[in-house]
Amino acid sequence: MSAVAHPIVDHNVPAGEPPHIHHMDPVTAYGAAKLGMWLFLATEILLFAVMFCSFAIMRYYHLAEFHDASKHLNLWAGGFNTIVLLISSFTAAVAVTKAQKGDNAGVVKNFAISLFCGLIFLCVKGYEYSEKAHHGMFPFVWNSDFYHYKNFLGLYFCMSGLHALHVIIGMAILYWYGIRPATKGRFSGKYYTPVELGALYWHLVDLIWIYLFPLLYLVG
Amino acid sequence: MAAHVSAAVNEELNYLNWQKGIWSWLTSTDHKRICFLYLFTILLFFLAGGVAALLVRTELAFAGPTIITDPHTYNVLFTMHGVFMIFLFVVPGIPATLGNFLIPLMIGAKDVAFPRLNLFSYYVYVIGALIGAIAMFNPVDTGWTFYAPYSTTTGTSVSLMVLAAFVLGFSSILTGLNFIVTIHQLRAPGMTWMRLPVFIWASYATAVIQTVATPVVGMTLLLIIAERAFGAGIFDPSKGGDPVLMEHLFWFYSHPVVYIMVLPAFGVVGEIIPVFSRKPLFGYKMVVVSSMAIAAVGFIVWAHHMFVAGISDFSAKFFSIVTFLVAIPTAIKVFNWVSTMYKGSISFKTPMLYAMAFVFLFMVAGTTGIYLAMLGVDVYYHDTYFVVAHFHYTIQGGAVIGLIAALHFWFPKMTGKMYNETVSKFAFAALFIGFNLTFIPQFILGMDGMPRRYYDYPAQYQTLHTISTIGAYLNGFGYTFALVNLLWTALFGKVKAPRNPYNSHSLEWQTQSPPIHENFAEIPVVTEDPYSYGTPTGRGH
Repeated sequence: MSAVAHPIVDHNVPAGEPPHIHHMDPVTAYGAAKLGMWLFLATEILLFAVMFCSFAIMRYYHLAEFHDASKHLNLWAGGFNTIVLLISSFTAAVAVTKAQKGDNAGVVKNFAISLFCGLIFLCVKGYEYSEKAHHGMFPFVWNSDFYHYKNFLGLYFCMSGLHALHVIIGMAILYWYGIRPATKGRFSGKYYTPVELGALYWHLVDLIWIYLFPLLYLVG
Repeated sequence: MAAHVSAAVNEELNYLNWQKGIWSWLTSTDHKRICFLYLFTILLFFLAGGVAALLVRTELAFAGPTIITDPHTYNVLFTMHGVFMIFLFVVPGIPATLGNFLIPLMIGAKDVAFPRLNLFSYYVYVIGALIGAIAMFNPVDTGWTFYAPYSTTTGTSVSLMVLAAFVLGFSSILTGLNFIVTIHQLRAPGMTWMRLPVFIWASYATAVIQTVATPVVGMTLLLIIAERAFGAGIFDPSKGGDPVLMEHLFWFYSHPVVYIMVLPAFGVVGEIIPVFSRKPLFGYKMVVVSSMAIAAVGFIVWAHHMFVAGISDFSAKFFSIVTFLVAIPTAIKVFNWVSTMYKGSISFKTPMLYAMAFVFLFMVAGTTGIYLAMLGVDVYYHDTYFVVAHFHYTIQGGAVIGLIAALHFWFPKMTGKMYNETVSKFAFAALFIGFNLTFIPQFILGMDGMPRRYYDYPAQYQTLHTISTIGAYLNGFGYTFALVNLLWTALFGKVKAPRNPYNSHSLEWQTQSPPIHENFAEIPVVTEDPYSYGTPTGRGH
């Protein structure tokens, strides 16, 4: 116990905060944050896994209804949204590279495009939902003509609704941990963890849609 | 900065007194203070769940209506008991309290990896608890399992209660995630994986289950809300849903959750027995491997709760055989503990008594678990008091006794005081005798065919039910006595605890009692494993 491995007093602690808040050196902190984010993404996938599993079982029980009901979804709107999300994921990836190079303006620009794409996605989703509501294929306004589509549509609204919620959360993260600090010039080649983690989360949101689209719109 | 530098030299300044006032506790990101926030909150629910249990037992003391006049109130009470005990007390039980306190201290770190997230998960827990409290205005009568279609159709506030359980699960996920990252990233120099105390290994296995299993039940509970809110038609058979699917998804979490409850207790016992036997922990590597094996196998046994729910013969056979496999790593642990004590220099201090009680009670729990894993036997025992007794031997005899053992063992470190041995041994005796008096009759009741969750029973079950109720009161008295003794000592105790009262080798005992805010004056360098008692290379004796 003779050698002092780490100095106990961290002089980088901002005034007024307990010293243990910033008790990790930057390399450990980066590794910890990244591991934490990957674990969190794993829990998100498991959250959706329950609905994918339920979808498989329900489709097995109600194959004909699932097949017919899926034809009522707007294939063009779903396809358009897929492209929009793919573009947003691309710009999110570019933003990480920009941050690593210390280009804060680049982070703002690329994350802003991702945010805009997220907004378009939500608008199209809203249009699809309102169309369903209009035809009585929506929770609380179920039309008895579509009663036999209930199992498919119930899962459709649960899955796409939870995904839309994740898009909103993802947009908040991109703004709060990416754009806002970047406008203050916080990122550099030595510190870009929030941009990378935010982009990781956004990729997950995109990836889930990549599975939802064929499952709901194409396979049925 | 000056204050913290002097903290290293001034033995009087510690994490309990370096900041003062209730606000400094409620907003503290210090893992040791968060341990106490959790501890007081979960014990509140232990009390509430315990009162509900005693009311249930009082009703069952005599055949016919005793103190409760209608079956609905009875259903509400056993549901309250289950929900409070499972979601609000035992699941956060050891991990959120002692896990929080000990993990950074045992691996030689200043705090967990994400101190702010740690405080955040406490408040997520509080929000979940508050939602659950609001649900009490129209209390749930489904039992803690929320089985569909009853849960999707009953008029009680199931939606709020399952939302509460979802939020509590979120808190559990964040705690588990924090611990995994902490154990991976923040081990002191020289603290290799094979030098980690077994409590850390057990906490690690627990954290993995918390992180992987909890999201599944979380989503399932949200789907119950969707089913109730707009008839999504997933679980309700009258709408084309599948209630067995709900049971599968529920038990995919709720079987591993019993390992979330009991694995940390395994870790606690693994720490206590070597210290009071003055011998190295027997078969350290096997203890580690068995912890991870339990976590892994625990994920593929869930449908043994559903042998009579209409699953196929093939899957019933599969889940029966895999359930037998759990007995192997569990038995390895029991052999390790007993072999550690063999020819040791045993001192029967209170924590050691609790640890030995744990080994005994858990053996009963494990053996009766084997009965229930057998397909033919389970058809007979399913939904009888036999299952109730088995479950309580596992969870109360395992997880809760483990928590009480840990609270006694680490009490000197947490509070800097020593409790009175005679008083705590008396409490232990009441608790241990009361526990067995409650649940041994329930095994017999179950074998005689008494079904669980029934408000009333024929006269032939009278004697055993009365004995069980007397045992329950003695058990409750034991818990109250043990915990009040600790609380009283913490507040008014005069005997100061030394740095290392048990001459233990693990890291948390090497710093002062109670520890300073930053745990160690300087980060320690680890040079040996924590169980080298009585060996030529080991320190001490």
